Amino acid sequence: MAATLLLHVEGQPAGVAGQRVEIRLTAEDGYTADREYSLARTGEADRAEITVQAIDGGEVSPFLVEDIEVGVELEARGPIGGWFVWRPDQTEPVTLIAGGSGVVPLMAMIRARRAAGSKVPFRLIYSVRSREEMFYRAELRQPDPGVDVTVVHTREAPEGSPRPAGRITVADVNSGGWPPDFAPSCYVCGPTGFVESVADMLVALGHDPHRVRTERFGPTG
Amino acid sequence: MGIVTRGFRGRRGGGDVTLPPGQYLETGFPVLSAGPTPQIAPAAWAFEITTESGQEHRWSWAELQALPREDITVDIHCVTKWSKLGTRWTGVSLDVLLSGIDTSASYALVHSYGGYTTNLPLADLRQGQAWVAYGYDGRPLRPEHGGPARLLVPHLYFWKSAKWVQRLELLTEDRLGFWERAGYHAYGDPWREQRYAGD
Ligand SMILES: Cc1cc2nc3c(=O)[nH]c(=O)nc-3n(C[C@H](O)[C@H](O)[C@H](O)COP(=O)(O)OP(=O)(O)OC[C@H]3O[C@@H](n4cnc5c(N)ncnc54)[C@H](O)[C@@H]3O)c2cc1C
Repeated sequence: MAATLLLHVEGQPAGVAGQRVEIRLTAEDGYTADREYSLARTGEADRAEITVQAIDGGEVSPFLVEDIEVGVELEARGPIGGWFVWRPDQTEPVTLIAGGSGVVPLMAMIRARRAAGSKVPFRLIYSVRSREEMFYRAELRQPDPGVDVTVVHTREAPEGSPRPAGRITVADVNSGGWPPDFAPSCYVCGPTGFVESVADMLVALGHDPHRVRTERFGPTG
Repeated sequence: MGIVTRGFRGRRGGGDVTLPPGQYLETGFPVLSAGPTPQIAPAAWAFEITTESGQEHRWSWAELQALPREDITVDIHCVTKWSKLGTRWTGVSLDVLLSGIDTSASYALVHSYGGYTTNLPLADLRQGQAWVAYGYDGRPLRPEHGGPARLLVPHLYFWKSAKWVQRLELLTEDRLGFWERAGYHAYGDPWREQRYAGD
């Protein structure tokens, strides 16, 4: 299960797509837990929007998804990050590759492109276990002009889908993203193992490693 | 104490251990990298130290392996908030590598295969504080954790422990590295919570 939370913040800069915030939760006895969450949308001065996937047995994410009530206060710091970002003045084509909740900062990039009226061609490859687990479903089903979306189902493919369920392959990356000749910027985000294998595929396909930016959400390897 | 978040209890545990501020205890081994993992064969690997006067010192993989090695057990602290206690490494002390080198530099810029850089004061690499590590937990260091060899400077946030280490450039003046230009702190002391520029 996942949820999008809107945090009203005072004095928060609007942020660059791809950046994240640090959330600190404090219990009554002073115990604290800090986690990072990507901004799902940038450009709004007084609020931060995050989308959180509840991890079974997790300390923070199930609380944010299931238990937190409207009006509760928490601490947020940021936005942070100066590398895994897309700025509307970039002119090269963009390939976005997401695994699971790794789609969050990439969605922020798609939204920033729309807000800026950018015509830069985007391609998103989104790997999810099943259709039900897809974030931002309505928005991604009818993407903006110039944004191509390919969904890769890893556990269960929708009926009639030509591609059987299975992990992302070099062929998916090759056909769903821009070819290396176009010198796209590639952004890869998701669980560590996913990011490792997709980044390796991009390099093997001939992409310049310096054009491949990654963000790893955990878990551990 | 900061703002209390109503309803949040948290998962205690970790018990008596004291972690740097804002850190939590991790039992796995997360990966923080800005891009793809470079794959470097030991045969193609070499480590270099260049001084401010342009002198070059170079060790091949075999030469590094022939130097006295140490087993190191240390706590590591990542800027993304996790700490891992009692990690076990094998490597060569920077004291050994720097011993024959004539320099009056005060800073080092660490270069990695793949082009990343990070900066730190040279004093932080001396006196048993830093190693070129090629073993982790009794095995060769895996590529995603910086193998074949990475710098290990456990008293600073872990991005300073540059993965895929290739060269130390000794400098008389500090020069920010890749991570530091991207907003991370120039020094990065976890106990003073120096995560980002301005902390
Ligand atoms: C830069 C960055 C940006 C992030 N952005 C987002 C985001 O936009 N949305 C989001 O939902 N999460 C995001 N995360 C992950 C988030 O910070 C937490 O790690 C996650 O919510 C789990 O926290 P927890 O306290 O619930 O679990 P913990 O109590 O910390 O961990 C419980 C168990 O789950 C494992 N685990 C941790 N993370 C994951 C994971 N992602 N998938 C599967 N298992 C995991 C741990 O190894 C552990 O075994 C981001 C992480 C980073 C580093």
